Amino acid sequence: MIFVTVGTQLPFDRLIATVDAWAATRPDADVFAQIGPSPLTPRHLRHAAFVDPAECRARMAEADAVVAHAGMGTILGALELGKPLLILPRRAALGEHRNDHQVATAQRFADRRGVRVAFTESDLVGELEGLDELEAHERLGPFASERLIGALRTFLDGAPVAAPRG
Amino acid sequence: MQLRRLEPAFAGHDVAYLTTDAGHRDEVAPRRFYTVADGNRSNKLALLRSLLKIVWVLARERPEVVVSTGAAPGYLAMRVAKLMRARTVWIDSVANVEELSLSGRMAASQVDLCLTQWPHLAGDSVRYEGAVL
Repeated sequence: MIFVTVGTQLPFDRLIATVDAWAATRPDADVFAQIGPSPLTPRHLRHAAFVDPAECRARMAEADAVVAHAGMGTILGALELGKPLLILPRRAALGEHRNDHQVATAQRFADRRGVRVAFTESDLVGELEGLDELEAHERLGPFASERLIGALRTFLDGAPVAAPRG
Repeated sequence: MQLRRLEPAFAGHDVAYLTTDAGHRDEVAPRRFYTVADGNRSNKLALLRSLLKIVWVLARERPEVVVSTGAAPGYLAMRVAKLMRARTVWIDSVANVEELSLSGRMAASQVDLCLTQWPHLAGDSVRYEGAVL
């Protein structure tokens, strides 16, 4: 199963419509899409507007691959579960978000093993075709870096955090 | 999501969570859990409602430290916390790769510790101390 998610805040019809059109050509593909607050009714995908965080995680755990916007919650979730991840970032010029931070986020994760980034709809279709070959990657541990946790602990214990390193 | 990855930092402390999504309740149980509407700059009424809820929650919890990863409601919580003399930490979301979020830039001068999760964004009032991944 391929799990598609656009997060809870905004619709992302460009992603959903592209995956829907791709699924029309692949009747054997089993796709479940969380489409957000959108008027769209996908014709070739199982879909829901919203799933709660527990269901989202369960569907992700069950999925062979995750296709999503470049939302940080989604990216972290897929990395924690070691799922192959295909990202299409939202673009401000298309009214998909307030700014282009998702483009920058996607670029930063593009080199990571198990992650593929599409910047256009045709990229996305190409990547969907290759999704089977995308290997599952090593799971990201459940917690933040030791350095960040240490800095926060130091602050919580009332001591000033040491001067910046490097 | 990002706050949950910081949980080991809170070990041994009494912690309450305030978030915009009620669905996260089970993830942090048995910690105390509150929700607030996810207002932003373009919806002033929602922001006002968020502010009232934040004041109520902080007045009830009387925290010594308030930690936020954003965004608009997190910034409001920083301001209210400061008025209540709590110490404050802003951890700008790892999603903000090219520049600090607007709420992060506004929070930087207000909080006791302001962290970015990208080394190249560190500056005078913003520190880099690692990331949630």
